[in-house]
Amino acid sequence: MELTINGSTFQVDVEPDTPLLWVVRDTLGMTGTKYGCGVAQCGACTVLIDGQATRSCVTTVDSVVGTAITTIEAIEQDTEGRKVVEAWVANQVPQCGYCQSGQVMAATALLKQTPQPSEDDIAGAMVNLCRCGTYNAISAAVRQAAQA
Amino acid sequence: MNDMTPVRNHRSTGSDDGPLNISRRGFLGGAAALILSVTVPVGRARAQAAATVAPGTRVNAFLEIRSDSTVLFRSAFIEGGQGIFTAMAQIVGEELDVDPVNFTVEGAPPGPDYLLTGGGRFTGGSMSVRMSYETMRKLGASARQMLLQAAAARLGLSISELSTEPGRVVHAASGRAIPYGELADAAAALSVPTDVVLRGRADFRWIGKPVARLDARDKSTGRAHYAIDLKVDGMLHAAVQHSPRLGGEPGALTNEAEVQAMPGMHSIHRLPGAVAVLADSWWRARRAVEALQVTWTEPAAATPRAMPADFSSETHKAMLKSTPGDGVAYEQEGDAAGTLAGAARIVEATYDAPYLVHGQLEPPSAIARWNADGTLELWIPNQAPEMFQAEAAMVAGIEPGKVIIHSPMLGGFFGRHFLYQTANPFPQAILLAKAAGRPVKLIWSREEEFLRDTLRPMGVARFRAGLDGDGLPVALDAVAVGEGPTGRWFGRQPDKVDSSAVEGIAGKLYAIANRRVGQIHVDDPAIIGFWRSVGHSMNDFFYETFFDEMADAGQQDPYELRLRLLADSPRHSNLLQAVADLAGGWKRGPYAAEDGSRRARGVAMASPFGSEVATIAEVSLRDGEVVVHQVWVAIDPGSIVNPAIIEAQVNSAVALGLSSALLEEVVYVDGMPQARNFDGYPILPPDHMPRVHVRIVESGEPMGGIGEPGLPGVPPAVVNAASVLTGQRIRSLPLSKLDLKGMEG
Repeated sequence: MELTINGSTFQVDVEPDTPLLWVVRDTLGMTGTKYGCGVAQCGACTVLIDGQATRSCVTTVDSVVGTAITTIEAIEQDTEGRKVVEAWVANQVPQCGYCQSGQVMAATALLKQTPQPSEDDIAGAMVNLCRCGTYNAISAAVRQAAQA
Repeated sequence: MNDMTPVRNHRSTGSDDGPLNISRRGFLGGAAALILSVTVPVGRARAQAAATVAPGTRVNAFLEIRSDSTVLFRSAFIEGGQGIFTAMAQIVGEELDVDPVNFTVEGAPPGPDYLLTGGGRFTGGSMSVRMSYETMRKLGASARQMLLQAAAARLGLSISELSTEPGRVVHAASGRAIPYGELADAAAALSVPTDVVLRGRADFRWIGKPVARLDARDKSTGRAHYAIDLKVDGMLHAAVQHSPRLGGEPGALTNEAEVQAMPGMHSIHRLPGAVAVLADSWWRARRAVEALQVTWTEPAAATPRAMPADFSSETHKAMLKSTPGDGVAYEQEGDAAGTLAGAARIVEATYDAPYLVHGQLEPPSAIARWNADGTLELWIPNQAPEMFQAEAAMVAGIEPGKVIIHSPMLGGFFGRHFLYQTANPFPQAILLAKAAGRPVKLIWSREEEFLRDTLRPMGVARFRAGLDGDGLPVALDAVAVGEGPTGRWFGRQPDKVDSSAVEGIAGKLYAIANRRVGQIHVDDPAIIGFWRSVGHSMNDFFYETFFDEMADAGQQDPYELRLRLLADSPRHSNLLQAVADLAGGWKRGPYAAEDGSRRARGVAMASPFGSEVATIAEVSLRDGEVVVHQVWVAIDPGSIVNPAIIEAQVNSAVALGLSSALLEEVVYVDGMPQARNFDGYPILPPDHMPRVHVRIVESGEPMGGIGEPGLPGVPPAVVNAASVLTGQRIRSLPLSKLDLKGMEG
């Protein structure tokens, strides 16, 4: 199968129903996307599929052939992604940091679709879990990124 | 842990490998020049290590100054989100005179230099900064002194003519300056001074300031590496399926041949209490191991810690609640029994709190590699490298000195990374790597983690208070029933109370003249562990919520009663007033908020881990559920290193405390946990996060902890507020079990 990830093309030889998460992490060695639960509960595995925030742990690899996949590794090459990262650093969002790749991807997808999100938009899009409870810092960073 | 005695007693036996771990150095690569450490030959370092090392004094074990004057610092403490790497850079950088931003910090290997927590080494108990603060300042100051000496020799001047600016030695008279990087080699050959002068507090540039975290950018861009992200050449991927009940062993594998034929398969293995599959990717290994049809045997008689097949958390709770007696006394003052007998009014209540999992988002993993030289190399999440090293050596059957431990950044701390034998994947990885003759990386799926994580113990507490004619408490008798994790893991003396079972019920500062706190030990059939704030995580809920029951029974306002009973304790009464001030003044409610909701506030205090905390929560009821709008926390840790990280840690502790109060409960039926992932065990989602307001009070008292203290006050403050709205006392967590429909008012 041929995948387009971060603008590059990769040939992968895996079972078609392999979750995209494990292709990205193990087959292709890009470990910024995290495994947290495997059942689309936590969102640590969030990537962008054609700009949409998508939980890669339950997304089979055959379903994303022909799409543009973006992972955290390329986030700073993206206009909105760069703003989000800067806002994340400025707001000192991460603690343990394990969920933050997914949070940054979710925020980037939000700003791509809704450049000036309302509080409800933010609450609706930023649903990934953070066991360190960085939620207030996350909301503040999303608001700041939207204004950047 | 509040009681640090066990850690002190648990001095590692297996760490004579010296601070210079050669195989580790290969990783550092890069920077050619240096270095305050490489010039010490390994042989000499080992000889020194074998002699008595005063931990935290040998500059070379901690610091490398690179040619570009940046610093690599090896931290005795492991980073898991609490910000300790940044704090270390602030503390050492302040005295070394290097801006913390120019530090790279990593977890130190095992070694005698790093035994900074009372003669042992342990990242936990909110101990890191307070136990190492002076030592690390002296270390930084010593290194600065060595750099000054080297510069003096090079310039032919006396040290008194020189000073430093961040990252360089300067000679003010001539305007000359030498970057630290150019002095590091010469400085490394000097002996470490013993009498350095530390900077005055008024001169601090970085200590006490909101210095940015060193890891924020890497963690915002996916570049931070956790154990689960690492790989070594030639490794196989491993997945396991555990016995549903601890103690069971794998019997027949009915479809072994079929599974062996699955794609990418390497091999199938039987392990103690588990089966494992090795494959060329983790997903394939996981699929295969989960496809294995395993017959699990019942545990042999006398199998230690075997999970009974009929164990249920509900039955265990009922048993704890009905266990009679006063237990072993832990704290006694005056005559509680006599005063209760003559009291004008008696208030009684029994409280309980459930089992909890840690729920750190990084699932457990381990990489094991047997090296050609007979050493075993492990990359493992852990909070005590020497303890893990000793255990790994026992599992592997080799000397501890032959076990090389790498301690990566942790994807969540919360007490999960202690040496819990049945809850860590590294023993399995060691056995699998040995069997396969290749390095192995093992990941536990979230479902296996829910099965084998250690639990915050279930707890029950019974209270009886006596009030006088004015409604003021004059006697309090409390009995905690259950088992504490400190006793479980460090040994329990039958005639003594494990402090982790009573902390938060004992140690309260209210002036109630006659008190008795006792504990009845009941073995917990589950594998219990440390969970952020340990006994305080439930005991302060028990006590501080019962406190409001006493206040209500005596027709006292709960805030005013606390203030009154703390009148002789200015540190605590000030803190209580500080949190009320932060919240715009104390008001209990109910009152109508601007959005029309009916709200109330609850207050609680706690004295965990050397710090003092006062908490107020504002709640309403919506659709039969408790909604927490705001939490105000005043925290007095004595003195501080980084106010921004403290505020973040308090936010984090509020989130976890609230999660436990609202949502979390591990339920066992037939000896098995009913939830195996977050779909069955909800943790606090973003839309439940309240606004958090933090005030830091520096009383100047001895430095206390930061990582845990913000947690214990949250559940009681929330429940006290909720009880105002429901008109009923709530004595059991989590609140999601309650149906509060119709009580919105």
